[in-house]
Amino acid sequence: MRRPYRQNKMSSLIKHITKPHPITGVTNAKLGTWLFLASEVMLFGGLFSAYILLRLGSLNWPHGWELLNVPLATFNTMVLITSSVTMVLSWAAIAGGDLKKYRRFMGITILLGIVFLIAKSFEYAAKFGHHIYPKTNIFYAIYFTLTGLHGLHVFGGVLVNAYFLFPGLALWREEPVQFVNRVECAGLYWHFVDLVWIFLFPTLYLL
Amino acid sequence: MPTKTRSHEAHDLPFWRKYIFSTDHKVIGIQYAITGLLFLLFGFGLIMLIRWQLAYPAKPLPWIGHLFHQKTMIGGIMLPEFYNQLGAMHGTIMVFLGVVPLAVGGFGNFLVPLQIGAPDMAFPKLNMISYWVYFIGGVVMFASFFLPDGAAQSGWTSYAPLSIITTGQTAWLLGMVFLITSSLLGAVNFLTTIIQLRTEGLTFFRLPFFVWAQFVTSFLLLLAFPPLEAAAVFQLMDRLADTSFFMPSGLVVSGKVLEVSGGGNPILWQHLFWFLAHPEVYVLVLPAMGIVAEIIACNTRKPLYGYNSLVGSVLFIGFMSFIVWAHHMFLTNMGTKMSAFFQITTMIISIPSIIILTMLILSLWGGSIRFTVPMLFAAAFLPMFGIGGLTGLPLGLAASDIHLHDTYYVIGHFHYVVAPGTLFALFAGVYHWYPKATGRKLSEFLGKVHFWLSFPLINGIFMPMFLQGLAGVSRRLYDPNQFLHGQPIQPLNVFISYCAWGLALAQIPFIINFFGSLIWGKKVDANPWHATTLEWAAPSPPPHGNFLEPVTAYRDPYEYSVPGREKDFWPQHLED
Repeated sequence: MRRPYRQNKMSSLIKHITKPHPITGVTNAKLGTWLFLASEVMLFGGLFSAYILLRLGSLNWPHGWELLNVPLATFNTMVLITSSVTMVLSWAAIAGGDLKKYRRFMGITILLGIVFLIAKSFEYAAKFGHHIYPKTNIFYAIYFTLTGLHGLHVFGGVLVNAYFLFPGLALWREEPVQFVNRVECAGLYWHFVDLVWIFLFPTLYLL
Repeated sequence: MPTKTRSHEAHDLPFWRKYIFSTDHKVIGIQYAITGLLFLLFGFGLIMLIRWQLAYPAKPLPWIGHLFHQKTMIGGIMLPEFYNQLGAMHGTIMVFLGVVPLAVGGFGNFLVPLQIGAPDMAFPKLNMISYWVYFIGGVVMFASFFLPDGAAQSGWTSYAPLSIITTGQTAWLLGMVFLITSSLLGAVNFLTTIIQLRTEGLTFFRLPFFVWAQFVTSFLLLLAFPPLEAAAVFQLMDRLADTSFFMPSGLVVSGKVLEVSGGGNPILWQHLFWFLAHPEVYVLVLPAMGIVAEIIACNTRKPLYGYNSLVGSVLFIGFMSFIVWAHHMFLTNMGTKMSAFFQITTMIISIPSIIILTMLILSLWGGSIRFTVPMLFAAAFLPMFGIGGLTGLPLGLAASDIHLHDTYYVIGHFHYVVAPGTLFALFAGVYHWYPKATGRKLSEFLGKVHFWLSFPLINGIFMPMFLQGLAGVSRRLYDPNQFLHGQPIQPLNVFISYCAWGLALAQIPFIINFFGSLIWGKKVDANPWHATTLEWAAPSPPPHGNFLEPVTAYRDPYEYSVPGREKDFWPQHLED
């Protein structure tokens, strides 16, 4: 029996890792990221529809702005939108081969993500300080659950971005095209997390 | 970096990388399949204990009854709490840890890359991670029996508020989070693989039907599971943070008003749960249909009848399955308008299922059928799935559902779809592709013993349940004699139980065959069944990387008995 034609590495045999598929026009990783985001849309879709159903079934649903800290949340909205911009800038920098610029903008993106989480934790701490917990009432229950899950997503995004700023950067020297693709996928996820907040902010704080 | 360490053949890898933490889709597929089969056996074991209680209520279980802990059985007599745990965990294990991992994780992983001529899945490491996340979920579920609170006991549907006030549910929810994550990762991987890695010449309409079935299944897993993840998070919050997402204000339990913050809605759980769980039943059955289609085409030696209709139907099922979920909830007072909508969509979704079944039956017409063991199981799938599907129609109409809801009729209905339906198709698949996976054939004789014992016995289990259900016996009763209307038909329970224990014995030939054939099974070449699809172009068993040289698809998947050709099969990869 002849030896398998694969003589060296598996990754060279799987197609469309760095080169986009001629018909779909995307690499495997990018398609996978979009599919993952589709499932994330369904996750938050389920959470938002639960919000709608609970609110419609409630006799006296409070206005978000009466109970929650709107200025702080507005500040956080600005922080996340800015971080989306710096994320794109970092991707553009690495695509153009400018490592220094990439490091700067990716660093800012991570920093802004951390600022968001710190602001969020101040908001939670203030609520806990007034003895307000998820069990206080159904409004706070859904507020803490939705923002908590979103916060976890932000935290995950910060971890991914930090990986691409420090250890993941080793790939840049070996497979620059693949590294740029990965940064782009991380960017897609980061924009999604940003987008979820842009829906969450008016739903919870302003309606 | 991985690119350097992977520069040698697979057999250079240490044992634990080759067989345990492997990234090869075939090894992962076999891991999934064996874990799934073991969980099927375990889940079957749970229900055999229940069958004793139903046949001989409040009598001590001989011999093994005394091995159980005081909290579950006293002197061999099962406690009601343990009965509920067994029922809830039987459903959970069979669906999420048995059938889906075997059908999607096992067969899907092993066959999809081979059938599309790819060297592996698109994301091999992610594939390995999905298996191990599934494995952790399985361990959590299994271990929950040994926790101080025991396992979950509010049914596999975990309806609120019961699931929030009973013990054991937290472990179930944590286990589900792992299983959902594993399914999501797997679904992303399958879809990317099928879209991106089809080999040259293999257009979408040259794909084997099995790949189409896996494609739609993956979309269902990808889009239907996340709302259950949301629901599981809500239920975890209700249990751990004392919120009231599913707890209404002023809920009275055992004559006392519960102290909860209130304002929640128990029906919300049902909506979120069934939004997953209805697509989930198609996740259970579509891969089975795919397996049966492959086996029928190969064993009738003719192309599948109506390939395009099959593909159209499976896509339409995938779409429709997202808008039928509330037919599980006719008794929740959701109003006639909602009921009307969901009755109509339910009737509509039965049409593509019937088209698929009809096409498979018509495929038999005029074929020279080889009754191999896989074909026996595949042929048995057709009437069994037919019975399961047709008995579902009265449940999809609100008027008749009022009588049949939550009776043994429902149990009979969906078990006909999943047990003699899907499980028989999965057995057929094991017999059909075992030579590909191991290079040896399973014994025909033991296979026929397995089939001819299982087929009557499994019907003996589920057919009488329709009668019990029509008589109005609830599926949740710990003591079947509790109500007068159940007593005259109690002998049926004894009959069912003996059939169930007999069915367990009938699996012994399969188990012997499965492991024994590794040693004494007849050695086979690459294409023992003379089949046409691409997986048979690879050696048996396929090496790491699958094919000896890149394959190209030159024609449709089922070119059997083409007029004017010397042989009665024309493989997809042969140029002429």
